[in-house]
Amino acid sequence: MDMQVAKKKLGLKERYAVMTRGLDWVPSYQKMEDIYPYMTYEGIKIHDWDKWEDPFRLTMDAYWKYQSEKERKLYAVLDAFNQNNGHLNVTDARYINTVKLFVSGISPLEYVAHRGFAHAGRQFPGPGPRVACLMQSLDEIRHAQTQVHAVANYNKYYNGMHDFHHAHDRVWFLSVPKSFFDDAITAGPFEFMVSIGFSFEYVLTNLLFVPFVSGAAYNGDMGTMTFGFSAQSDEARHMTLGLEVIKFILEQDPDNLPIVQRWIDKWTWRGYRVLTLVAMMMDYMLPKRTMSWKEAWEIYFEENGGALFKDLARYGITMPKCAEQIALEKDHLSHQAWSTFYNYAAAANFHTWMPDEDEMAWLSAKYPNSYDKYYRPRMEYWREQAAKGNRFYNKTLPMLCQTCQVPMIFTEPGDPTKTCYREVDYKDSKYHFCSDHCKAIFEHEPEKYVQSWLPVHQIYQGNCFPEGTDPTVEGFDPLAAVLKYYHLESGRDNLDFEGSEDQKNFDEWRGMATKNV
Amino acid sequence: MSTVFIALQTNEDTRPIIEAIVQDNPAAIVNEAPAMVKIDAEGKLVIRRETVEELIGRPYDLQELQVNLITMSGNLDQTDDEMTLYWNA
Repeated sequence: MDMQVAKKKLGLKERYAVMTRGLDWVPSYQKMEDIYPYMTYEGIKIHDWDKWEDPFRLTMDAYWKYQSEKERKLYAVLDAFNQNNGHLNVTDARYINTVKLFVSGISPLEYVAHRGFAHAGRQFPGPGPRVACLMQSLDEIRHAQTQVHAVANYNKYYNGMHDFHHAHDRVWFLSVPKSFFDDAITAGPFEFMVSIGFSFEYVLTNLLFVPFVSGAAYNGDMGTMTFGFSAQSDEARHMTLGLEVIKFILEQDPDNLPIVQRWIDKWTWRGYRVLTLVAMMMDYMLPKRTMSWKEAWEIYFEENGGALFKDLARYGITMPKCAEQIALEKDHLSHQAWSTFYNYAAAANFHTWMPDEDEMAWLSAKYPNSYDKYYRPRMEYWREQAAKGNRFYNKTLPMLCQTCQVPMIFTEPGDPTKTCYREVDYKDSKYHFCSDHCKAIFEHEPEKYVQSWLPVHQIYQGNCFPEGTDPTVEGFDPLAAVLKYYHLESGRDNLDFEGSEDQKNFDEWRGMATKNV
Repeated sequence: MSTVFIALQTNEDTRPIIEAIVQDNPAAIVNEAPAMVKIDAEGKLVIRRETVEELIGRPYDLQELQVNLITMSGNLDQTDDEMTLYWNA
């Protein structure tokens, strides 16, 4: 009888070397700089691409194997969630607004990340980073697709999500996440890797996914929890890639240090401003809170980021300077953001509301230095006014920051009673900024940021009305026209949660789920 | 020394892995959050294939961990036998 002898397999390190090295060739009739045209203009110097190593040592064959397993698990859960009317098991219908925020604000970014990594992978001459970028590019399109599939179930029942991608490209506050990624993919391939791979994935992604996904779990949203965890299992690899990028670039040439430090400073701040949306989601939008924004910042940035920058100190990298201002803002960020969205609920694709008494007590406990003193009084006032039938909707458009595109709602570092304004005169125009950091980013690359598509400017210029709109007719209602342009239905997709169709339907359906009708 | 961590989904696949981590890293601290377990350790944390295999009674490939991984912090070094997270400073 023939004995089946197990072939000796290659070890992980050897397998990785075989599958990621020697896959390329030296061109003979084309010049390297013609094939890889973006390799030098950013000033980054690379001498040996083979020094690049993925510490997971993941090869494409193993990648397909584990990714398909993740997909099978995810879709089994999504089927079960849908078959079981899972949407009626969430804590209360206010929660669903976080899902709206996610699908219109974040999922389209996953798709842009897919394009960005495909582009970066194409541009790098080393096969190691090309393989890593290929995997991440595939991950990102998987995230976009699975998120859309998961949220599609909510879209059958709730408002505001029906044209999320159209909204992403137009709705005023969605220009904050959109412009962040547009900024990154229009940078060079090295800056893209530092911006998304390192600053966003390594330093900030935990603040996006872990509280959001844990929050979904805590609020009975099995569908979102599962796509979140499925995506997050890829994020751990992305984070590792991000850290590897930084170490690789810095080890290649000492001249790379100041360029990389500037990018880290810029992108940590840019990413943090985008996370304003996450901060208010955690503190105001989850009916059952997991932790406060401030606590999450302390664990995932101050503690974990602190350890990271201590480790990178051996290359000469220092903690971004903006961390000092962020530390001052952590008591205020979510409250200032939610107040703004409460104001502008008439123009948003989700509902807002004022916290109830218990929720205010939670906020006071989590923010003992700021909530009762600065924010509770105005929220109580708004609540009283709403009870009297005077729910306040602000219809005056806010000034936006030229860099981050967040309305200029933030206060002076150290003085929460004074709004922070900065401005720069450039060529014939004046540009406005929410902070010293956004101003400094503009000043370094003004020709890039003068091109910003600022929703408020665009509305005032008449570019955000449906085709054929005549703004000169008597009684013209600009907000109504803008909502039509957004594909949002006024009175259904926007305004306060109290009295909304979502609220009414959820209560009725949940009632039907527990009673014989 | 700074803290490294790894976070895993709470499920039947990860239960023996967490047990293996606790066995091999006596100073590790296990924090349970909704649907997630986060394990912190000072400076270094090691997941050993052999320990996991003893607990589950079958061969185990450390790359299987990818399926249930949520996040981690620290420099990573992965071989056939060990997955190590560490800070240099």
